Amino acid sequence: MPDVIPADSVGIVTPQVTQFDTPLALSCGQTLSSYQLTYETYGTLNSIASNAILICHALSGDHHAAGYHAMSDRKPGWWDSAIGPGKAIDTNIFFVVSLNNLGGCSGSTGPTTVNPDTGQRWEADFPLVTVEDWVESQARLADKLGIQTFAAIVGGSLGGMQVLDWSTRFPTRLKAAVIIASAPKLSTQNIAFNEVARQSIRRDPEFCDGHYLQNDSIPTNGLGLARMLGHITYLSDDAMGAKFGRQMRHDTYQYNYDIEFEVESYLRYQGKAFTKRFDANTYMLMTKALDYFDPAAHTDGDLAAALSKAECEFLLVSFTTDWRFSPERSEEIVDALVKAGKSVAYAKIEATEGHDAFLFPIPRYMAVLSTFLTRVASHLTEKTDAL
Amino acid sequence: MRSDLEMIDEWVKPNIRVLDLACGPGELLHHLIQNKQVKGYGLEIGHDDLNTCIAKGIPVLEQNIDEGLHNFDDQSFDLVLMTHALQQFRRPDLLIDEMLRIGKECIITFPNFGHWRSRMHLALKGRMPVSEFLPYNWYDTPNIHFFTFQDFERLCREKDIKILRWAAVDGQLKDHWWIRSMPNLFSETAIFHISR
Repeated sequence: MPDVIPADSVGIVTPQVTQFDTPLALSCGQTLSSYQLTYETYGTLNSIASNAILICHALSGDHHAAGYHAMSDRKPGWWDSAIGPGKAIDTNIFFVVSLNNLGGCSGSTGPTTVNPDTGQRWEADFPLVTVEDWVESQARLADKLGIQTFAAIVGGSLGGMQVLDWSTRFPTRLKAAVIIASAPKLSTQNIAFNEVARQSIRRDPEFCDGHYLQNDSIPTNGLGLARMLGHITYLSDDAMGAKFGRQMRHDTYQYNYDIEFEVESYLRYQGKAFTKRFDANTYMLMTKALDYFDPAAHTDGDLAAALSKAECEFLLVSFTTDWRFSPERSEEIVDALVKAGKSVAYAKIEATEGHDAFLFPIPRYMAVLSTFLTRVASHLTEKTDAL
Repeated sequence: MRSDLEMIDEWVKPNIRVLDLACGPGELLHHLIQNKQVKGYGLEIGHDDLNTCIAKGIPVLEQNIDEGLHNFDDQSFDLVLMTHALQQFRRPDLLIDEMLRIGKECIITFPNFGHWRSRMHLALKGRMPVSEFLPYNWYDTPNIHFFTFQDFERLCREKDIKILRWAAVDGQLKDHWWIRSMPNLFSETAIFHISR
């Protein structure tokens, strides 16, 4: 809880909800006849709407990227370290839009919201949405906000995949793409991790085939287990070792299955805390969106060909200890962009935090992001001259 | 611009694909992108240099050249450049092979250790030369291979590499006749334009 709002915070923010009544045809073949998106904005849109930055969230993120909803909030938004006045994504310069994606569980239409056709909550009947579907819906949100072209679209991990899709789906609607700790498609190992996460949820008796809410139950064990697994893969061996080592709860071994090592306690806590804020159906859906993403599938596996339509400048960032989305995966995107003749800058940041590093204000990471966006900002006024 | 960079600028054709290995703060690449409309990329590992390139909008990739250039396809660039860096890599001979695999042509510049001042330094003082141009001590220098204009020529001959043209520079003097007549003795920087 902040006693006072820090000077470099966007302060108290209020989420907004907007309704869409134009049907959205989804990749899976189903159509959403209407839907809502919940979003937040920070900063001010300039008169020619040239200074907007879209933030695409990752697996368990939402629209609340920066600032506080109330003075009683324990923590600010999930990327408060990067968004704010004077920060890398400088809200004195940019108008930042951050939304909860379709299928999410933080206010946008998804498994926990009511299906207007049945009057019941969607739950497991909510259609599987893909990165491509999200990007379509984000473009419609941009239309509503009067943003024809984003100065930049920024995302980490699954968010980076959305940015990559933006660059070719709407090449003229973004000037710059920032893709952090991401990949052009999941590796087999990554899909395997996702499947274990899904199975742990589905095999929880409380899951009720995905209709747990109407059965007044919640698959906390399964979802908690999925999160524990995910959490291990987001951290590096070194980071876990440094944080917990073999620290024990008691002075001697207890020779039972209660918590012996502190890392066990930590994982159990993380798993449990997650079940209080996140929906199991949304979690499963998000992991499927990750699995399905593969832009080169339409070009015989040739990523450079898939990215040939892009017109924006790219910044890619990876982290040395990230093994879930390793630097090599970012470099696949970089190499394809070079092959396709696109403008790209790439930085591999020394970090101990593993995949989670993309959420930390690592000085060099923030410097690279800030430098790139400062240059993006320098072109905002050129557009004014051109008009 | 440094005089060797000015020389290179005269040699580069417009609108080509250029890869600059160890591009530093991107001075040459920026110039070529602006004035020759090349499609240019730089490789660099220095954090400050990378940031300088990003600030200028120069496409730059953080990649350690000593770990290989396997990610670049054969003949995928018209020109691969390396200015004042060859002496810093583990195996310059293999690196030249890689440069000629990736690029149709290469331009390489390096400090000529056969320069008369280096020779004097070693001959008279009996110690490894430290100059304004190579201001390091033997133990902290990033320059791990010292070679001369003639050494490079000989390597090209051994490897059947074509020398398309060369130039020799001493301080601000670009390719002066007397440097050109005895480049191994008078050039501070050697510039070679090579191909297979």
